[in-house]
Amino acid sequence: MNFLNKDITSIHQSLVNGDITVEQLTKEAIENSKNNEKNINAFITIDEENAIKRAQEIDKRGINPDNLLSGIPVAMKDNMLTKDVLTSAGSKMLSNFKPIISGTAVNKMLDADTVSIGKTNMDEFAMGSSTETSYYGKTHNPWNLDKVPGGSSGGSAASVAAGDVLAALGSDTGGSIRQPAAFNGIVGMKPTYGRVSRWGLIAFASSFDQIGPLTNNVYDNALVLNHIAGHDEHDLTSSDKEVPDFTSNIDSGVKGMKIGLPKEYLGEGVSDDVREAIKSAADKYREMGADVEEVSLPHSKYGVTAYYIIAPSEASSNLQRFDGIRYGYRSENAKNLDQLYVKSRSEGFGDEVKRRIMLGTYSLSAGFFDAYFKKAAEVRTLITKDFQNVFQNYDLILTPTAPTPAFGLDENKDPLTMYMNDVLTIPVNMAGLPGMSLPAGFSDGLPIGMQLIGKPFDETTMYKAAYAFEKNTDFHKQTPKIGGDK
Amino acid sequence: MNFETTIGLEVHVELKTNSKIFSPSPVGYGAEANLNTNVIDWGYPGVLPTTNKGVVKDGIVAALALHANVNQHPHFDRKNYFYPDNPKAYQITQQDTPDATDGWIEIDVDGKKKKIGIEEMHIEEDAGKNSHGKNYSYVDLNRQGTPLIEIVSKPDIASPDEAYAYLEALRQRILFTGISDVKMEEGSMRVDVNISIRPYGQKEFGTKVELKNLNSFNYVRKGLAYEEKRQRQILMSGGKIQQQTRRFDENNGTTILMRVKEGSDDYRYFPEPDLPSLNISNKWIDDINSKMPEMPNSRRNRYVNELGLTEYDAMVLTQTKEMSDFFDKMIELGADVKMASNYLQGNVNAYLNDKQVDLSQTEITPENLTTMIKLIEDSTISSKMAKKVFKAITEGKEPEKFVNDNGMVQLSDPKKLQPIIDEVLSNNPQSIEDFHNGKDRAIGFLVGQIMKQTRGKANPQVVNKLLMASMNK
Repeated sequence: MNFLNKDITSIHQSLVNGDITVEQLTKEAIENSKNNEKNINAFITIDEENAIKRAQEIDKRGINPDNLLSGIPVAMKDNMLTKDVLTSAGSKMLSNFKPIISGTAVNKMLDADTVSIGKTNMDEFAMGSSTETSYYGKTHNPWNLDKVPGGSSGGSAASVAAGDVLAALGSDTGGSIRQPAAFNGIVGMKPTYGRVSRWGLIAFASSFDQIGPLTNNVYDNALVLNHIAGHDEHDLTSSDKEVPDFTSNIDSGVKGMKIGLPKEYLGEGVSDDVREAIKSAADKYREMGADVEEVSLPHSKYGVTAYYIIAPSEASSNLQRFDGIRYGYRSENAKNLDQLYVKSRSEGFGDEVKRRIMLGTYSLSAGFFDAYFKKAAEVRTLITKDFQNVFQNYDLILTPTAPTPAFGLDENKDPLTMYMNDVLTIPVNMAGLPGMSLPAGFSDGLPIGMQLIGKPFDETTMYKAAYAFEKNTDFHKQTPKIGGDK
Repeated sequence: MNFETTIGLEVHVELKTNSKIFSPSPVGYGAEANLNTNVIDWGYPGVLPTTNKGVVKDGIVAALALHANVNQHPHFDRKNYFYPDNPKAYQITQQDTPDATDGWIEIDVDGKKKKIGIEEMHIEEDAGKNSHGKNYSYVDLNRQGTPLIEIVSKPDIASPDEAYAYLEALRQRILFTGISDVKMEEGSMRVDVNISIRPYGQKEFGTKVELKNLNSFNYVRKGLAYEEKRQRQILMSGGKIQQQTRRFDENNGTTILMRVKEGSDDYRYFPEPDLPSLNISNKWIDDINSKMPEMPNSRRNRYVNELGLTEYDAMVLTQTKEMSDFFDKMIELGADVKMASNYLQGNVNAYLNDKQVDLSQTEITPENLTTMIKLIEDSTISSKMAKKVFKAITEGKEPEKFVNDNGMVQLSDPKKLQPIIDEVLSNNPQSIEDFHNGKDRAIGFLVGQIMKQTRGKANPQVVNKLLMASMNK
C-alpha cells in the first residue's frame, strides 16, 4: 500500500473499522518504501524491526478512536535523536551515533502512537537546499528522478510525496521544510520559533532551527502540529504560549482576511511560471473573499547575506563538539591532540559543512565581529520590523516558496547560486515567524509551492487560509508517477 | 627612578549550589569519575542548557556583597575553544553583559583603609578535568558545569600587600554571604594575577605580566613581590618588559617564564542562542537585599562601637560567618559580652584547632555555651570547674544537668556557709589567735577546713569574705 493522495483521517477510519491492522499497515508501508528506495533514496534508515514491534503493541492495545494519529506510519528527519536508532544528521561524522535519548518532538509523536518507519535523508547537518550533501547519497525527487527533492529535509518531503508515509517531521533553519515541500508538491509547516521544542534536534543554527510537519494535505499537517507543539522545560527558547487546536474551525474560510503580497518577493530571480502561479493564487484568494494587496518588505533582500553570516556563525560553534574526543568519527591517523582535532574534523565533515564552519569562524573572529555578525544582527532586526509593520494591517503574507520549481541533480554547483534558493524563505526564519508551503501549481510536471507567512504564534490563521485554498484547488490531488510511466 | 605598581586580580569563586549551572546534575567533589554528569554535561548532540535560577540568585547576592550594580537583563555568551575537558568546545559565560559592574570593597593594610574597585563580575560554567595515564588520557566531567562567578578588580591595587588584603577581604565577604566555601586549597577559590609597573607620573600602564600557579594568598603576595622587583630591575637597567605568562615557583619564591604572549587568544564570543536574556526584577533584587547577611565590616563596627570589644577581638570573631553568628546568638541569649568573646577566642578556637573541625561539626551551641557562662557569672560554678563543663559540652552534654549530676554546684549562699564557718572557727580557737597575732597562714588553714567540710564546693571568694568578717567581729 502506498499513501499517495491518502489522508490520515481515512486511514484512521480503516484502522478503527478493522479493515486493516496497524501491523499490516506498517508492513505495507515498509514494503512500499523499500520499493521506492531504489529510485528515491528518501531514507537513511528503515527501521523495520522496531516499527513492526511497535505496530504490534498498538494493535494489542487497540486503536484509540479519538486519536487520529494512532497507528499512522510516519518518518523522522535524521537530525532528530531517536533512542538506540542511528541518528547521523546525514554526516560521516555521526555515522556511528546511536543516541541514548529521544528528542521531545520524537517522543511526542511516539506518545501519539504513530509508528515511525525510519529516518529520512538530509543535507549534511541540514546545510543545503537539495539533499545532495548527504553522506548517504542523494535523494531523488519523486516527480522527476533527475531533479532534486529540495533540502535540507529532502528525504522527509520525498517520503511523503512518494506515499511512503502519511507524515514526516523535518527541520527548517532557512527554508528546509518549506522548499522541499514546494519541490515535492506537499504541505510543509515551519512553525513560529519557539512553538516546537528543539530538545533532541542536532543543532545547526540555534536561533533559527525549528521542527515542523510535512504532510499530503493541510488538515493532516495541523493534526501533527497539534501533537508536537508546546512548551518544554528542556528548551528555554520554547514558548509557554498555549497551543490551540489547529484543526478546529480550519474550514472557516478566508472571507475578510487581509493578505499582503510583497512586491520584493515576485521580482528578479523568480521564474515566470512561479510568479504566474502566485498571482493566480492571489486571484483565487480574492475570489474566496479575501483582500489581497501589494505590500513591501524592503529589507528582505538583505536576508540571504545576513543569514549566511549568523547561521554559519552559530553552526561553527554548534559543530565544534564533533572533535573526535567524545562523539562520532575519530581519525585513526592522529599522533597528538591537535592532529586528532584536525584530522577527525577534516575527514568527518563534508565540503559544504566545512565551508560554513569557515564562514562562521571568520565572521566571529576578533576584529570582524562588529563588521559581520553584529551588522547582520542589525539587519535581522530591520527585517523583523518590516514584517511587524505589514502585520499591523494584514493577517497573512503570500509569496512563492522558492524562486523556481525543483532544479536538476548536480545542476547547482556554485554555492552562491544554491544559497539564493532560500532567498524567499530565509527572512521568515530571520524574524522567527511561522511560514508554510502548499501546492500552488505545476510547471513541466514539477510542483510549484506557495508560501504563507503568519504573525508570531498565529499558525491557526495560516492553516485556515491554506485549507480554503486547498479546498478550492486540485494541485494537492495530483501524484507523482515514480520512475516515470511504466 | 621611582615606580608605581598596578595589579589586576581575576578571582574565580565556585558556588555551592545543589545542581549545576545549566544541568540538573549534582555539584560535588570526590565522586567516581563522570558520575555526576548527564547528557547536558557531556555536550551531547541535540541537548540544550537550562539556567539554574539559584545561580542567578547567588550572582545577585555576590553583586550586592561587592556593592556592584546588578545588570537586570544580562545574557550569556559562548567562549569558543577546543580542549578535551570542554565537551561542547565552548564555555557558556557572560562577555557582553556581565552580571554586575562597578563595585568596590574596602581593604585595610596596617590600619590604612582603601577602597578597591571591582570592574565587573559574571557567572559562567566550569570545565571538566583531564588526567593522563600511561597509554591513555582521561576526561572527568564531574566538574563540568559547576557554577562559577568571576570577579575582576579595577587597576586600583598598588602593592602585593594590598593584593593580599583584597583577596582576604573578598574571601571574607563572599564567605559571609554563604554562596561559596571560598577555599583555595579545594579549588573553590582560584586567582589569576597580572602585574605591571610604570614610572611615577606616566599615564599609560606598563606591560602586563600574568602569573600562574598561585595556590595560596601568601604565594600571591610572594609572587607579586618577586615580580615587582624583577620588573623594576629590568626597567632600571634600561630594559623593556615583555608580555609574558610566568609561573610562580613555590620552592624558591621566584617566577619562571612559561610563554611569551603575542596578541590575545581569539575566543570568538557571541551571544548564546540557546538561552534567552535573563530578566531580573527590582523586586527580586530588593528581596535578596533584605535578606543579605550582615557583612564583616559592619559586624566589626558593631562589636567595637556597640558592644565595647577591642578592634582585635572584633577581627578574630569575624574571621568566619559561623563564629560571628555564634557570637551574636550568645549575646542575644544574654551572655556577658567579654566572657563570650574570651571563650570563643580561647577554649572554643583551641578546641576547633585541636580537632581540626568547623564549629558546626561540634556539639557546642550558643545555647549551651551561654548557659555555662551564666553559671560562672552567678557563681554556680568556678572557672576551674568550667573547664570540666566545657569538655562535657563538647561531648554533647547539657551543662546544667552535668553540673547537678556531678555535684559540681558551688556553695555560695552565705546562709548555708555561715554555720559551717562558725563551726570551723569554734573548733579551731588556736587559729583565730594565730591570725590575730599576725600569722596569715592561719587563714589558709581555716579555708582548707571549710573546703574540707563542703567537700570542695564552697565558693572560695564568698568563704573568704565571710571568714574575714567573722574573724574581725
